[in-house]
Amino acid sequence: MQKQPFNVFRFFLNNSTIFLFIAVFIIFGLSSPRTAIGDTGIDFPRFWLPENILNIIKQAAVFAGIIGVGMTFVLLTAGIDLSVGSNMYLSVVCAGLLMRSSGLEIVPALFVSLLVGTLYGAFNAFCIVRLKIIPFMTTLATLVVGRGLGTALTSSQQIDFPERMNAFGQTMVFGVIPMPIVVFVLVVLAAWFILTQTQFGRQVYAVGNDIDVAKKAGINTDRNLAMVYIISGFCAGLAGFVLASQLGGRVDRSFGETREFDAIAAAVLGGTSLFGGVGNVFGTVIGAMLIQMVGIGLQFNLVNLYLQPMARAFIIFLAIFFDSLREANYKKLKRRFIRPVHSASSEARAADAGD
Amino acid sequence: MTSLLELHNLTKAFFGIAAVKDVSLSINAGETLGLIGQNGAGKSTLVNIVGGVVHSDSGHMTLSEQPYTPRIPADAQHAGVAFIHQELNLFTNLTIAENIFISNFPRMGVLRTIDRAKIKALTGELLASVGLDIPSDTYVERISPGERQLVEIAKALYQDASLIIFDEPTTSLTARETERLFAIMGQLRAQGKAIVYISHILGDVQKLSDQIAVMRDGELVACEPASALTIKRMISLMVGRSIEQLYPKRTTSPTTDPLLTAKNISASGIVEDISFTLHKGEVLGLFGLMGSGRTELARMIFGADQFESGEIVVEGELVRKPSPRSSIHNKIAFVTENRREEGLLMSIDIANNISLVSLPEFARSMLQVIDQRQMFDSARETANTLQLKSGDIRQQPVKSLSGGNQQKVVIAKWLLSRPSIFIMDEPTRGIDVGAKYEIYTIIDRLAAEGSGVLIISSELEELIGMCDRILVMSRGEIYGEFTREQFQDERILRAAFREQDLPMMSVHDGQAKRD
Repeated sequence: MQKQPFNVFRFFLNNSTIFLFIAVFIIFGLSSPRTAIGDTGIDFPRFWLPENILNIIKQAAVFAGIIGVGMTFVLLTAGIDLSVGSNMYLSVVCAGLLMRSSGLEIVPALFVSLLVGTLYGAFNAFCIVRLKIIPFMTTLATLVVGRGLGTALTSSQQIDFPERMNAFGQTMVFGVIPMPIVVFVLVVLAAWFILTQTQFGRQVYAVGNDIDVAKKAGINTDRNLAMVYIISGFCAGLAGFVLASQLGGRVDRSFGETREFDAIAAAVLGGTSLFGGVGNVFGTVIGAMLIQMVGIGLQFNLVNLYLQPMARAFIIFLAIFFDSLREANYKKLKRRFIRPVHSASSEARAADAGD
Repeated sequence: MTSLLELHNLTKAFFGIAAVKDVSLSINAGETLGLIGQNGAGKSTLVNIVGGVVHSDSGHMTLSEQPYTPRIPADAQHAGVAFIHQELNLFTNLTIAENIFISNFPRMGVLRTIDRAKIKALTGELLASVGLDIPSDTYVERISPGERQLVEIAKALYQDASLIIFDEPTTSLTARETERLFAIMGQLRAQGKAIVYISHILGDVQKLSDQIAVMRDGELVACEPASALTIKRMISLMVGRSIEQLYPKRTTSPTTDPLLTAKNISASGIVEDISFTLHKGEVLGLFGLMGSGRTELARMIFGADQFESGEIVVEGELVRKPSPRSSIHNKIAFVTENRREEGLLMSIDIANNISLVSLPEFARSMLQVIDQRQMFDSARETANTLQLKSGDIRQQPVKSLSGGNQQKVVIAKWLLSRPSIFIMDEPTRGIDVGAKYEIYTIIDRLAAEGSGVLIISSELEELIGMCDRILVMSRGEIYGEFTREQFQDERILRAAFREQDLPMMSVHDGQAKRD
């Protein structure tokens, strides 16, 4: 192994998402409206206020973060789960209907949501592993079926949760940290633990690297593949419930729509490869926060509402473009050298002849 | 002595072609069984049945006198059968230690976390026993093919297998690594483990084995003590006739018309100031040790990699910007070293693989619709000329072919585009004697028809047998040139090792004659 000399361009490329994250943070901060802090007379950008930063993290958690962590498991095996948005909707609809009809408390309702989400994921797993339908088609189908089922259960009506749902959403842990952030941190830590410290986690990476080799190595690939879709489903059930609590307990038929896109984008922005075997959950956290920061930043800067999705897409495009540059550069690094690189080859030859 | 593994009447067919026919064989503990045969003779299929990778159509096996029916590779592992495959089976995105323990990590505590300290210690011991001095947390993508092979062996050691199958383990190893492997195999044998060793290097097989089993066309044609078999007899058993010569007699001699000229090609850190000319009807050999830059040079000439200075002239015309496209246009064919990854679409049928390069020729009308019938007819015709052994070429995927037949598909693919220049990188690697002879015959025919053939090979003997001229590469430079009358293996090897007493370039020395 040779040590590469430090190269600014390469350093930037290898950490492009972080740099993009910092750049976006600074640019939106400088351009956002200012507010005076107390009576110090200092104008401080509202974008950089702690409340706003907490808000970004909170929204990142509920919109793309939790399902992004589940998606990371799936992408690591070179699979995909397009059904997470519909899963969020169906899970929380089931919980909400039970809360309204039989007065279910928050904790049992949460379990209902988790159970439905997990079963939803288990159904995906069954189709993919047992029926051998490719993940893209399976989850595209269950995306439609899940939302259809949810719409049928609610007769396409909005569900209004009891007031305790809203109260649950406003819970502050230790009096200062919003509940969704705590949930997100727990999910990320658990995922990190599973992926790096357990046999199952390492096998997920192995399956994503080469599934045929994994089979030959005696890994139960079917069980591993099934598990990642179940985990993704569990995360969707959790994210659905937490998101509903943030929206004041109102869930309409568009709840969770296109969230799968944000989840995939968060993971890929965070360095997870769509081809499997490469990625980690902390990257997904950065990716989810970047997406949310752009969204909120655009609102702060009063960008035309209809242009906002385009601006977000542009940021995602930029990050993925850097990723492909990185890949090309990585290939160049792996090039084999078989003679000294310095161009003074005539010297080398002279030296060779001499000894 | 009791048999460890017994095979009874195993039979297996793929696509209606029998790969293994009624094979019965037994192997004892503490014994090494050499398994030889031409490519496609059924060796790999047979050991794949033992390893649980494929299932036999009929017949049964016993292991330690118990019925043995592995359904998946994991079953074989649990029963104590380790399999070291021809292609390496490691996860490049994991560390050496993780690769060794991936299917069964030592774990600790209530959360069943991986016991990192323990796997580190165990891996350290295992790596030491195969003589590999690399930290156990090194990622596999960072180590060489030879080192990866040793990691595979360390893995088999950890599984404490009673039977270890080696399928062509030395192809990616350097001479020193091969020696180390043989020493380890000796130790394993002394510990009472049974070994199945598959290789095309018959001298090694003879040296290492107690018994040698010879397969031909799916059948076991002989199983005799190694001491009773000569290499000559092994070959005649493998081919079913005695091969008098390994190389066909060259039918024509080269012309002096230049076909392809490389002038002062340089790429920093890779090749330096390479110049040579390939003539019409010439078979030009490019010899060099591993890592001498042979393959890199071939890729640059074909346009697959960039070079920094120098030029390439094809039939008197300067190639402005070499690329695979321009090369194909200039009728240059490139048979790559790595046919599995670069040369073939493994899961696609044979006919489509063969017609891949010449697809534009079969495109009809403005919409460029492919004339399927003509495409298949041409593909079939080419397959027949090369005596490709397969089922229906429109149905059978390339990956189900033997190595030798896969190589024929690569050659057929290029042949169809009627090239005038062939660059062949290790055209006979991993191919058995019979198929090699057929490939050599094809090369001779190409030259006789006026093509120029550039063969890159690490088998010096094959270059001496086939070439009109041999260039020797060393550390990215051309370090010697030998014409047919100067061919002598020792001299050529010395050039490749840059021995100082060798005069540079064109050695004119009358006494160096080939016998």
